[in-house]
Amino acid sequence: MPAPVLEITDLHKKFKEIEVLKGVDLSMATGDVVSVIGSSGSGKTTMLRCVNLLEDFQQGSIRIDGEEIGYTASPERRRRKESEIARQRSMTGMVFQQFNLFPHMTALGNVTLGLIKVKKLPKPDAVAIAEKWLERVGMAERRNHYPGQLSGGQQQRVAIARAIAMNPKVMLFDEVTSALDPELVNEVLNVIKSLAADGMTMLLVTHEMKFAYEVSRRVVFMNQGRIDEQGAPEEIFRNPQSKRLAEFLKNTKF
Amino acid sequence: MGYQLNFAPVWRDFDLLLSGLALGIGMALVSVLLVGNLIGLVAAFAMTAKSATLRRIAGVYVTTIRNLPIYFLMLVAFFVLPQQLGVRIDKVHAFTGTLSIYAGAYLTEVYRGALLALPKGLREAGLAIGLTERQTRLWVIIPVMVRNALPALSNNFISLFKDTSVAAAIAVPELTFYARQINNNTFRVIEVWSVCSLMYVAACYLIAAGLRFAERRMAIPH
Amino acid sequence: MDFTRFFADLWIARFALVEGIGMTLVISGIAIVLGTLLGIGVALSLVYGGRLQRFVVRIFLEYVRGTPVFVLILACYYLLSGVIQLTPFQAGLIALTVFCSSHVGENLRGALLALPKGQTEAGKAIGLTFCQNFIYVLAPQALRQALPAWINTAAELVKASTLLAVIGVVELMLTTRQIIAIKPRPLEFYFVAGLVYFLICFSIERLGRAVERRVALPS
Repeated sequence: MPAPVLEITDLHKKFKEIEVLKGVDLSMATGDVVSVIGSSGSGKTTMLRCVNLLEDFQQGSIRIDGEEIGYTASPERRRRKESEIARQRSMTGMVFQQFNLFPHMTALGNVTLGLIKVKKLPKPDAVAIAEKWLERVGMAERRNHYPGQLSGGQQQRVAIARAIAMNPKVMLFDEVTSALDPELVNEVLNVIKSLAADGMTMLLVTHEMKFAYEVSRRVVFMNQGRIDEQGAPEEIFRNPQSKRLAEFLKNTKF
Repeated sequence: MGYQLNFAPVWRDFDLLLSGLALGIGMALVSVLLVGNLIGLVAAFAMTAKSATLRRIAGVYVTTIRNLPIYFLMLVAFFVLPQQLGVRIDKVHAFTGTLSIYAGAYLTEVYRGALLALPKGLREAGLAIGLTERQTRLWVIIPVMVRNALPALSNNFISLFKDTSVAAAIAVPELTFYARQINNNTFRVIEVWSVCSLMYVAACYLIAAGLRFAERRMAIPH
Repeated sequence: MDFTRFFADLWIARFALVEGIGMTLVISGIAIVLGTLLGIGVALSLVYGGRLQRFVVRIFLEYVRGTPVFVLILACYYLLSGVIQLTPFQAGLIALTVFCSSHVGENLRGALLALPKGQTEAGKAIGLTFCQNFIYVLAPQALRQALPAWINTAAELVKASTLLAVIGVVELMLTTRQIIAIKPRPLEFYFVAGLVYFLICFSIERLGRAVERRVALPS
């Protein structure tokens, strides 16, 4: 069996005095599409943000393609150098709820920044890759527009292109449609579905239950800092085992 | 070289420094808090009035004064104007008048901004319950406007208070004037200027705290 | 008012006036440049520095901001011309530079802190280092945000340069007084000086707004 591309082991995180993650274990193989669902405060976003070290964690380990993320395991647990962490971050791509596009750069500029400054590609190569991915998310025509000139759905698609153009091993999606007007949600979900169909490894935190059911290979239900249940979408949504999951599903529209 | 810090000459005349500071605060209160605010309110309404002439006059006033240095205005008020008009003006009065006109221009901008930020329905609501334009302005518009403008007014007041130091250049017995006098008499350069600036910093701090307190007291509960 | 006589006097005084105006512009200009550089350092220390660094810079900043610029000028003059034999020009320049840096520092700090946290995170997420993030993502946005305040600071600096007359720097105000001592037409010459200051400050503001429009992001 091939090594997992993402392996989270016994992840603990404390925020001030409150323990937000109480021992999370998660494993993903290449091409897996995993959705994480749960109520607010369950720790799902925090877990996602630990994977690309936007949050630090006190205990446990995260490995991407076998490499320890953020902290060295031996001889003692130490936080890695910032430059190393920056490099490790480029192994993942993250799409944010608030898009967080760079407002002072065009769509093309947003996508090429990482390629030029982090991957150190020469500009023509970077532009070619960027244009390919902008085309892929349907934003090629607006490549020279600024974020301020784009709708929410368009901005989020550019944000997806920005993340995926870096050729990450895992794509992280943090409730990427929660800040969108309802009529713009679908254009983003469709892009994500087609990327999943192409075999992109994805970890998604989402409230869109129908979408999670359709696109995921596995669904994870988190509750109070722990994974309560995980399994195939069929199992999770049609046949919930734990009581809290059943209650959660009852309260959400599915 | 061996410069020995010796604060004694400064402490000896500390009462002078304190009286200078008091004068500065007094001038600021009169010029800025009283007259300046009045001018600012009037001019702000003038700038948003229906009459184009009023708008123009207020606009010229604000643009002209805001682009001129206070030191320049003070010299004109103290040296040039009395000569031309043939009257003798007391130094303190000359400066207070100048600072009032100077402050008025800046406060006009503050009030104008606050006025424009008011919801249009506010005036209409006042009229709807039968208040006249004047009553609406006095009892509805201005109270809300002033509360919204308080942070900016506070900042401007502190800044204009610091400008009272310029009066020292025409020998108004203000804090800076006395500091300079002590400097020239005793040559305790480090001591006198550090005390002087410390006094200004402390005064600004206290004024800011006082204004913040006033802001909280006047705030509309929500 | 005797215009022809005045214009004759004005013509005679033209060199002095030009020199005075030049001095005003030069000393303001240098102070703006140096003050902005120093101010950027101040802002960076306050936003990214360690606790001790932030504390020290904060003390310096509060001290300078709470002190009137006139006091700064006098203090610098008396302190530095005595101890290190600096000329009034040099002492005045230092005072104006420090004054400018306090304003620039505070404005830039505010602009940097006002940036949404998501910008830093997005930069991190694509693997930018701290320096890269600052140069390519944060600074361009913060500078745009701080531009109007910076233009204002520049105008304030020109107005503050008038106070240098008191310590003997021959800028426009002192020049005007010197001219009036020889050709006693106070109203006329002060009017000319006022006109010049007005034009300089007004132009700064106009220029500033033009620059703002140029660098504004399309929306």
